[in-house]
Amino acid sequence: MGAWLDANLVGVVNGFAIGFLLFIVAVGLSLVFGMMDVLNLAHGAIFLLGAYVGAALAGGNPSWGGFLGALGLSALLGLAGGGALSAMTEPLRKRSHLDQALLTLGVTLVVAETLVMVYGDDPLAVGAPPGLDGSVPVLGAFYPTYRLVLIGIGAVLAVLVYLVVERTTLGALVRATVADRDMVAALGVDNRLIRVGVFAFGSMLAAVAGVLGGPIYGARPGLDSTVLILALVVVVIGGLGSVRGALLGALVIGQVDSLGRTLFPDVASFVLFGALALVLVVRPRGLFGGKLGVRS
Amino acid sequence: MSPLLDVRRLRSGYAGSTVLDGVDLTLTAGTTLGLLGRNGVGKSTLVMTLMGLVPTTSGTVTLDGAPLPTRPHRIARAGVALVPQGRRIWPPLTVGEHLKLAARHARTGSWTRDAVLDLLPRLAERLRQPAGSLSGGEQQMLAIARALLTNPRLVLLDEPSDGLAPAIIEAIVEVIGRMRAEGVAVLLVEQDLHLALAVCDEIAVMDRGVVVHRTDTESFRSDPETAHRLLGVS
Repeated sequence: MGAWLDANLVGVVNGFAIGFLLFIVAVGLSLVFGMMDVLNLAHGAIFLLGAYVGAALAGGNPSWGGFLGALGLSALLGLAGGGALSAMTEPLRKRSHLDQALLTLGVTLVVAETLVMVYGDDPLAVGAPPGLDGSVPVLGAFYPTYRLVLIGIGAVLAVLVYLVVERTTLGALVRATVADRDMVAALGVDNRLIRVGVFAFGSMLAAVAGVLGGPIYGARPGLDSTVLILALVVVVIGGLGSVRGALLGALVIGQVDSLGRTLFPDVASFVLFGALALVLVVRPRGLFGGKLGVRS
Repeated sequence: MSPLLDVRRLRSGYAGSTVLDGVDLTLTAGTTLGLLGRNGVGKSTLVMTLMGLVPTTSGTVTLDGAPLPTRPHRIARAGVALVPQGRRIWPPLTVGEHLKLAARHARTGSWTRDAVLDLLPRLAERLRQPAGSLSGGEQQMLAIARALLTNPRLVLLDEPSDGLAPAIIEAIVEVIGRMRAEGVAVLLVEQDLHLALAVCDEIAVMDRGVVVHRTDTESFRSDPETAHRLLGVS
């Protein structure tokens, strides 16, 4: 076990870095899907938008000002984008997931193509800000400092989101809406506001994740679908509308993705979907997916 | 006395199919109306339509003379509360969280958290427990507490006794009595005829989307033939 860990330590730490990044992306997707039953395939496009904001403002050799500016601007764009997506999908709320998927897939194509028109289709590199661009020794191996910091940021964000959703009245409102939104409305709460709020908040996290993930993934066409698929797998594994599920799912998928690439490079993507299939066979509603509210 | 709730020629339904086909109904403050009828005649649909959860096709509903809003949260703020069929509590939330959310947009009135917990002491012992882990009877109490905390003028109670033990049903009878004493109007949809006759001032019977019979409880009790004809019970 010790020798195995020595050999794969970098892979395991990488898995945590990717896992926490995935959590930041997936938690918004999970809440919007779980709460409002809206399948938002444009979530990956919001991540991509954040990645290009990072590439434009921070670039390959960023200053702290550029990096923090990119985080701030992507957060604002994410909030606005989430609000717009909420308004666009509102008329489709009671229609099938296919209708919602078509609309949000269309939004994705428009956003992705616009970014290609502006920035070209070559991948853009995004560097880590000064001081975080080196490596530090971790149990004898050298490991990029930025990825360790990313693990820290992800862990702090995970704890914050968890505390807000599980321990505050606002969070209780969100969980109640996930369980049975009609009964929330029947108590005098305008659940359109909750919907817009959660949509905007989730999209903000996705856009910020795009900047944070820049030093790992860069900014390139097609990144949106890569991230979206990983996030969807996380949501399915974790269970719809569950923050705990999104965190656990993200950490599992981070490890499966990272170790799968190291240990079984030829079949890495099969390993990912193998894990998904396994969870679906054992727990069809996901690891933390509860029963949905009783609907009459 | 002018009625608190006045429903006229109300029509509604789901996706193209009409369920309510012109319901007329009035309800006075501080009285309890039992709504009876066979399965599928539209009793629950009437409740859900009054709460704004099934869209109205045509007709008018007024509450205390003012038109009832159309969106559920506005209807709730106007003073209508729902205890739905199947309870529909939020399983992952604790009892305490249910009470907190219910009080968020509550009107002012005598139903404070303490008053509700006094009336339903079992809930006070389970404030930190997830609602999904409560017994059926406790979940029903929680659904009633959630409605009462909004300080409603009208409570829509849909089959509150369904599947519950006699002791719990007694508690429900007591709660309905308290609501009536506080001047709250109650629309009680109920399959349990004995419960309906025990707590209701008046009885209305629905059939195929309309109210076909309405009388005070005494007359209904003393006319078993009509009850048998309308409900298929003896």
